[in-house]
Amino acid sequence: MSALLALTIALIAAAGVYLTLSRDLFRCIVGLAVLGSAANLIVFAAGRFGPLQPAILPAGATELAATAANPLPQALVLTAIVISFALLCFALVLGARLRQQGASDDTNQWRAAEPPDTDPVKPAVLG
Amino acid sequence: MLVLSPLLVPLATALLIALLHRQPVRVRRTVSLAGALLLAFCAGALLIAVEQTGRLSLAVGGWPLPYAIELAADRLSAALVFITAVLGVAVLLYQTSRADSAPETPTLHPLLHGLLAAVGAAFVTADLFNLYVWFELMLIAVLGLLVHGGEPRQLQAAFAYLALNLVGTLLLLIAVALLYGATGHLNFSALHQAAQRPELAAVLPVYVALLGLALLLKAGAFPLFFWLPASYHTLPAPVLALIGGLLTKVGVYALLRLLGEVFSAAPAVLYEALGGIALLTMVAGGLGAVYHWDLRRILAFHIVSQIGYLLLGIALASPAGAAATLFFTLHNIAAKASLFLIAGLIWALAGHHDLRRIGGLYAARPGLALLFLIAALALVGVPPLSGFWGKYLLVRESFAQERWLWGGAALAVGLLTLYSMLKIGLEAFWKPHPTGDGIAPVAGLGPAYGAVILLTALILVMGLWPEPFIHYAEAAAASLARGGSTP
Repeated sequence: MSALLALTIALIAAAGVYLTLSRDLFRCIVGLAVLGSAANLIVFAAGRFGPLQPAILPAGATELAATAANPLPQALVLTAIVISFALLCFALVLGARLRQQGASDDTNQWRAAEPPDTDPVKPAVLG
Repeated sequence: MLVLSPLLVPLATALLIALLHRQPVRVRRTVSLAGALLLAFCAGALLIAVEQTGRLSLAVGGWPLPYAIELAADRLSAALVFITAVLGVAVLLYQTSRADSAPETPTLHPLLHGLLAAVGAAFVTADLFNLYVWFELMLIAVLGLLVHGGEPRQLQAAFAYLALNLVGTLLLLIAVALLYGATGHLNFSALHQAAQRPELAAVLPVYVALLGLALLLKAGAFPLFFWLPASYHTLPAPVLALIGGLLTKVGVYALLRLLGEVFSAAPAVLYEALGGIALLTMVAGGLGAVYHWDLRRILAFHIVSQIGYLLLGIALASPAGAAATLFFTLHNIAAKASLFLIAGLIWALAGHHDLRRIGGLYAARPGLALLFLIAALALVGVPPLSGFWGKYLLVRESFAQERWLWGGAALAVGLLTLYSMLKIGLEAFWKPHPTGDGIAPVAGLGPAYGAVILLTALILVMGLWPEPFIHYAEAAAASLARGGSTP
């Protein structure tokens, strides 16, 4: 089970890295999201596999049963998912806004923040 | 409760200003400045309380330690929280002037206070996952401030910042998860004890190295600093001073906390590698600053260069090295922010950030030239200013450990810093204005001068009377070396 999951995470992370390295704006955003999912799965895997019973206290009990799953990684993953989802939404809106402003899909063409140097030895004048 | 104040005060201020969004700008500015002053007051009280007790700690939610999220302040945390609050006051004061201040939209002040909350909380948390959360919150606040102006150059810079920093926080999350998986703990003191277990000796250095890599990206170290000069120059002066003064230092603080205290048993090869990275960071930043002609870009590359000095103190892996890093961080936050604010004043008076388009400021504004000279020479490390003592502590410890290359490089890079500061001095202040119109009088710069004078006073006090600061830094480093336990 662990080996299978490790292999899956490796595949997802590889896909994420490949997409993130793309010069295409949308692919890059999707790549970051995929990479985030791989990181979330690693957090989940760090809590070990085994018990599948939900970590919910029965009425009147004060301790979890020994067969219950570890609740801490679930809480950590939940926090990480919320944050990465917010950042994904921000990145998508930012990308859409950039396209509205006429920026190219190819991030290498973006020159507004860093204009190309015109002089061989001195940098361009910034706005 | 005092240990919660670096988090609660800015968050409450941010909420309050968000509720006041229909009020005139004057009201929001006043509330914002009052919130920063309250934060500075609480930080001062925290400083005194920590000095008396050694360490304040709070287990959130009443859970027993080490399972609760712990917030704790020792001398290192308290000093950094205090300088954060002082910088917050200076920056918000500057924002009320007309020197390249940010547009006053309803979201500006909540974002600034959100950033202060995230930075302050990162300084007082004693929980690894919680530290990751504050790094994310910092990222969100900075992204909001980057896109705040809405111009194409700002949005493009924001995307570069987002993509590279998101990779950094994901690496941080992965490292935190792996460390949790190996030790079963997230609390700093529990991790410190778990790191001694012999069965973890094989895997732990790898995980700590990954954690270090993520934090080096956040700190802007070579070769991971490219997000920094690509985005910082699109920010308005007060926001730039706050972000440029604080953010990379949070990465350095986290490295100092984790490599200097929590995982101080890490193998020597990690510190050796960090020393090499520190060296390259110093040189790369210095060379970048020499090449550029835009004030904001020169100063952005200087951040990178100075990060190298801070990392060098951590790489020395000794209490004296940690003390040097703390002293240098305090000096550097004040000097760097002061220079960014002066750059805003130069823009307001001379009309451009590019040194080829401006000049004649010495004749027109000798007072500004003096303020620039103090901050610039402090950054170079000329006695008797604060940078001299930071560099002295660092180089003395390098030579005491017979690290001739590290100490020598720290001295040699000072020449690059001096050269680029001279370039600003000669081009912006000494030479006549290229178009010959001279410097037009600009009204409403008073608060900006006030903010710069506040930071300059800090530089002068740290330079002329360094003894209490050095003693404090040594006491903070000694408590790090003891693993956080009070004597």
